Amino acid sequence: MRRHLLSSADLTRDDALQVLDTAEELRSLADRPIKKLPTLRGRTVVNLFFEDSTRTRISFEAAAKRLSADVINFSAKGSSVSKGESLKDTALTLEAMGADAVVIRHGSSGAPHRLATSGWVRSSVVNAGDGTHEHPTQALLDAFTLRRHLGDLAGRRITIVGDVLHSRVARSNALLLATLGAEVTLVAPPTLLPVGVSAWPVQTSYDLDSALDKCDAVMMLRVQHERMNAAFFPSAREYSRRYGLDDRRFDRLPDHAIVMHPGPMNRGMEISATVADSTRSVIVEQVTNGVAVRMAVLYLLLSGSDAARPGTEEAVL
Amino acid sequence: MTTHTYLGSPERTYLLRGVSVLGGEPRDLLLGAGQLLDPADAPGDAVTVDGDGLVALPGLVDLHTHLREPGREDAETVHTGSRAAAAGGFTAVHAMANTDPVADTAGVVEQVYNLGRDAGYCDVRPVGAVTVGLGGQRLAELGAMAHSAARVRVFSDDGSCVSDAVLMRRALEYVKAFDGVIAQHSQEPRLTESAQMNEGVMSGVLGLTGWPAVAEEAIIARDCLLAGHVGSRLHVCHVSTAGSVELIRWAKGKGWAVTAEVTPHHLLLTDELVATYDPLYKVNPPLRTAEDVAALRTGLADGTIDCVATDHAPHPTEDKECEWGAAAMGMLGLETALSVVQHTMVDTGLLDWAEVADRMSVRPAAIGRVLTQGQPLQVGAAAHVTLVDPSAVRTVEATESQSLSRNNPYRGLELPGRVVATFLRGRATVLDGKLQ
Repeated sequence: MRRHLLSSADLTRDDALQVLDTAEELRSLADRPIKKLPTLRGRTVVNLFFEDSTRTRISFEAAAKRLSADVINFSAKGSSVSKGESLKDTALTLEAMGADAVVIRHGSSGAPHRLATSGWVRSSVVNAGDGTHEHPTQALLDAFTLRRHLGDLAGRRITIVGDVLHSRVARSNALLLATLGAEVTLVAPPTLLPVGVSAWPVQTSYDLDSALDKCDAVMMLRVQHERMNAAFFPSAREYSRRYGLDDRRFDRLPDHAIVMHPGPMNRGMEISATVADSTRSVIVEQVTNGVAVRMAVLYLLLSGSDAARPGTEEAVL
Repeated sequence: MTTHTYLGSPERTYLLRGVSVLGGEPRDLLLGAGQLLDPADAPGDAVTVDGDGLVALPGLVDLHTHLREPGREDAETVHTGSRAAAAGGFTAVHAMANTDPVADTAGVVEQVYNLGRDAGYCDVRPVGAVTVGLGGQRLAELGAMAHSAARVRVFSDDGSCVSDAVLMRRALEYVKAFDGVIAQHSQEPRLTESAQMNEGVMSGVLGLTGWPAVAEEAIIARDCLLAGHVGSRLHVCHVSTAGSVELIRWAKGKGWAVTAEVTPHHLLLTDELVATYDPLYKVNPPLRTAEDVAALRTGLADGTIDCVATDHAPHPTEDKECEWGAAAMGMLGLETALSVVQHTMVDTGLLDWAEVADRMSVRPAAIGRVLTQGQPLQVGAAAHVTLVDPSAVRTVEATESQSLSRNNPYRGLELPGRVVATFLRGRATVLDGKLQ
């Protein structure tokens, strides 16, 4: 990993394994009475959220605080951003405050990339979800969760189901899981697979049933309400029938297979309540693991090296 | 206007010694009284220009320029834009109608026309809007614009597509009365809602909403059929896909009066550049793939695409210095067009200089009905001449521009060719590579 984490594509296999191994060590912290390390004392992490995402923000906030970093939350609502301040001016403000890392969530694909490469800030930039592009820490926490249940991911079959076209989670997972040697199958109606998906390192299918028999894990993606009236599929009911993980499909999964969802879920739509609450659902565990993985990312980006200091480039993770 | 005092006097006579006219054997050209004269008659006080190694072309004509005035004088004015045009070797530009107010009345087109005349760097030919306010609902008063002092012949809603098939049909029919042409921005609106870049492998990877080739091609196919049906003139703006080239080739094969342009950037740049997320590369229609670029070059070489038009689209810094989704679409083009054409078409052997003159002067002048422009460089013709040094090489600097804006996608690139002189009606607007 370089100075920034913008895309899963930035991670080599060794980079990814280093994050996952580090997260494994930090994960044990969650079980201790005092959940705090002094590692990033004196460092400042800014959570710059142009989109509402309480769960991702508090996950990063918890991660930074458990490493003793100072955390500044900067959200679009109630800030100068809602008054039309540009990304550049916001970035310059954060730079002036001495941010060492900026965790950015933005509705526009590429905004973190822009922040990292524009020269506006010298801090490390972590992509916490940009538009319909990527969400690399979600992919890392998913890989982490998968590894805890399945061991080495090489050769493992992971089925990702749903709105791939608009999903930053799917993009980041497809890249990262392929890097880790997993066999990824994306399942969606043809309207929700991007043009050009054939160039991705994955298999694709329009048929969920045929993709369940041999899979080791199935990851359900959230279907946004705004897709429902835009002719991507005829109705929520039909989507649910063809692409929902209902009880019948759940029974067809191999016994060891786990069920994942990045949240928030539409119960009864892409996933049935029974499946979501089953013992093989790791959805709540994903949230716990999210903190450990984000701690690992911040730790590797900011500690030990001078990664966040001016003039240093390509600090190795 | 102070500019008049800087411009060479029209009475001055220029003797261009040993220039290679359209790339041919060196000979002399004499420019005086606004015309090309017999070099044997050169007076003793003629200003001599050493033409050794220089190619002489008829002054370049751009069918597609955004001068932004009135309304966005922070991005460009008629004055600065026409200076950029002259620096790029142009003697005529067509100023697109998407100003504020929109150029949809005789009053606005005459204002732009007069501003161009006052500036004096090139002929500014206003383009009239097809529909009121570019709204796509009602025809603008095309006849009034045609019969105004600006003598508008090219009508376009550029930036928006005349997507209503009936309105497009009526517009094509109506302009036959005054030999006009409808220049269509071919973009099916529903297929391109929120579109950010070419739809393909890159858009999938980058998570940016795709602008599919079919959205351009579907409109071109429809418009060609309409033009054939009503027997009118259609001009297709900024063709950007391989499929569009095929459709235009097919329409021309039918004998229909369909013409087309390609921009310099679509001849050189591809959607791979969008991976930088730098809005400098955000443009409409978007940058396409290498296969499209190859097809556009072939189409321009074989004459399927009639001409190169810049789609020079200045934007102030703040409209580009932001995230991709928030950025404005468009890039500068006037001052680099000839270099890009030399690089992509001449140095590759696809066009010779006579064909460059055809694609950048003769044909665009004919399409726009710009009467004195795009003429052969022979005695008696109006003295619109561009001298280019093809052996020069430059690294493009965004700051070295006459434009008010700096959204130059070629910055840092090494490009061949330099405009050494531009003459408008025998008057030097550029001499020794310097704007006069």
